[in-house]
Amino acid sequence: MENLARLLKEHPFLHGLEDRHLEFLTGCAANVRYAADEFLFREGQESGASYLLRNGRVALEIAVPGRGQVQLQTVEAGEVLGWSWLFAPYKWQFDARAVEPVRAFALDGNCLRAKCEADHDLGYEVVKRFLYQVHTRLERTRMQLLDLYRAGG
Amino acid sequence: MLPRFIAIRRALRETADTITLELEDPNPPAPFAAGQFNMLYLFGAGEAAISISGAPERPNLLAHTIRGVGAVTMPLLRARRGDAIGVRGPYGSAWPLQEAARSGRDLLLLAGGIGLAPLRPVIYEVLRRRREFGRLIVLYGARTPQDLLYRKELAQWRMHPGVTVKLTVDRAAAGWSGRVGVITDLLRAAEFDPAETIALVCGPEVMMRFCCHELARRGVSPRQVYLSMERNMKCAAGFCGHCQFSPFFVCRDGPVFRADRILPLLGIREL
Repeated sequence: MENLARLLKEHPFLHGLEDRHLEFLTGCAANVRYAADEFLFREGQESGASYLLRNGRVALEIAVPGRGQVQLQTVEAGEVLGWSWLFAPYKWQFDARAVEPVRAFALDGNCLRAKCEADHDLGYEVVKRFLYQVHTRLERTRMQLLDLYRAGG
Repeated sequence: MLPRFIAIRRALRETADTITLELEDPNPPAPFAAGQFNMLYLFGAGEAAISISGAPERPNLLAHTIRGVGAVTMPLLRARRGDAIGVRGPYGSAWPLQEAARSGRDLLLLAGGIGLAPLRPVIYEVLRRRREFGRLIVLYGARTPQDLLYRKELAQWRMHPGVTVKLTVDRAAAGWSGRVGVITDLLRAAEFDPAETIALVCGPEVMMRFCCHELARRGVSPRQVYLSMERNMKCAAGFCGHCQFSPFFVCRDGPVFRADRILPLLGIREL
C-alpha cells in the first residue's frame, strides 16, 4: 500500500495533493494492466473507475453506422481517462481500447464518490482536478471541431 | 520580376490533395534560406506564392509542396515531369536559424497540415549541421493519418540523436495506432526548457494562435517564437499591397515574423 501511495503521488493528476488526501485516495486505487486491443470499458457499461495512465495509449472510440469504429481522441501516459462515475447514470459513453499495452491506476468510482462526500476538502481537490481535465478535453474537442486543416480552412 | 521557366524534374504525390514538385534550376538568382517562398506561375492559371520545402544546401533543386485549394494550385496538382512552370524568387524573410545556432538553444517546431512544408528546410539544415544546434523537437498535427506529409522522412528524422518527432491527427478510423488529438496536446506534453527554446510555428492562423497561448503558458517568451504568416501575395516584392498586414507586407517583411511583433494583430478580425 505504501508503494502504491508513492507511485500514485508521482502521477501528474495527483501532483501536489496533500499526503492525508493521498492516503485517503490510495484506498480506492488499484494497479491495472491491459494488453493491446483490450477494452478498458465499453459504451453503455456501468462506469466504475477513473484511470490514471502510467504507460501506453488508449483510444476513445465509438461505432458509427456506415463508418465503422471511429477514434475520437487518444489518452496517454500522464493523462486521466474517465469521469462518468461522477454523474448519474454512471455509464460509459464511449469505448476505450488499449492501442498498445497499458498500465494504469484504476480509482474506484464508488469509493471516490463516498470519500469525496465524507471529506469535502478532498472532494473539492478531486473535482477541481477533474474539472481541469474536462477543460483541456473540451478545448481539444473545440479545436477538432474547427477542422483547421481542411482544404481552404 | 520576370519568371524563369523551369522544367519539373519530379512530381511526388504526397496525399490525395498535395503534391511535391521538384524543379532543377540551373541558374538560381540567389540561394534560398529556410522559410522563404517562390512565386510559381502556371500558364493559363496564374501565379501563387509557395514556400520552398527543399534543402537550402541544394539551391539548384527547388522543392515545393503544394496543396490544391485554389485556381493556381489545383491545376498544379496535375503537373507532370517535364512540364515547365515559371518561378520568381526566392522572396521573404527566413526562419532564425543563425540565431538558433549562435544561441545554442533548442528548436521546437510546431507544424499543422501543409505547415510542415516551410519547416522542412529547417529540419534538413539542422540535421546537416547537427553539432551547431541543440535538440530538435518536431510536433506535427494533421487532419487524418492519410493527410500526413513526408511520412517516410518523419520516420527517418526521429532516428537521429537529439531529435524528437511527435505526431497527432484530428480524427482517425480504427487501426491507426498513433495519437488522436490536437497539436496543443503534444505541446502540453512536450519536454523542453522554455528559457532555452526557440519555437517555429507554421500552420493555419487559428492553430498558431492556440500554439502561442500554450507556449506562453509554458513560459516561452514571444521573443523566442516565430510564425510564418500567409496572405494573398501578388507582386512578392512589397509594391502592390495585396498582402498588407497592418504595418507589414507579408511578402517583404514576412512571411516569418517574430511573434511579439504580430501577436497583437492576430486577434484583429478580418485583418
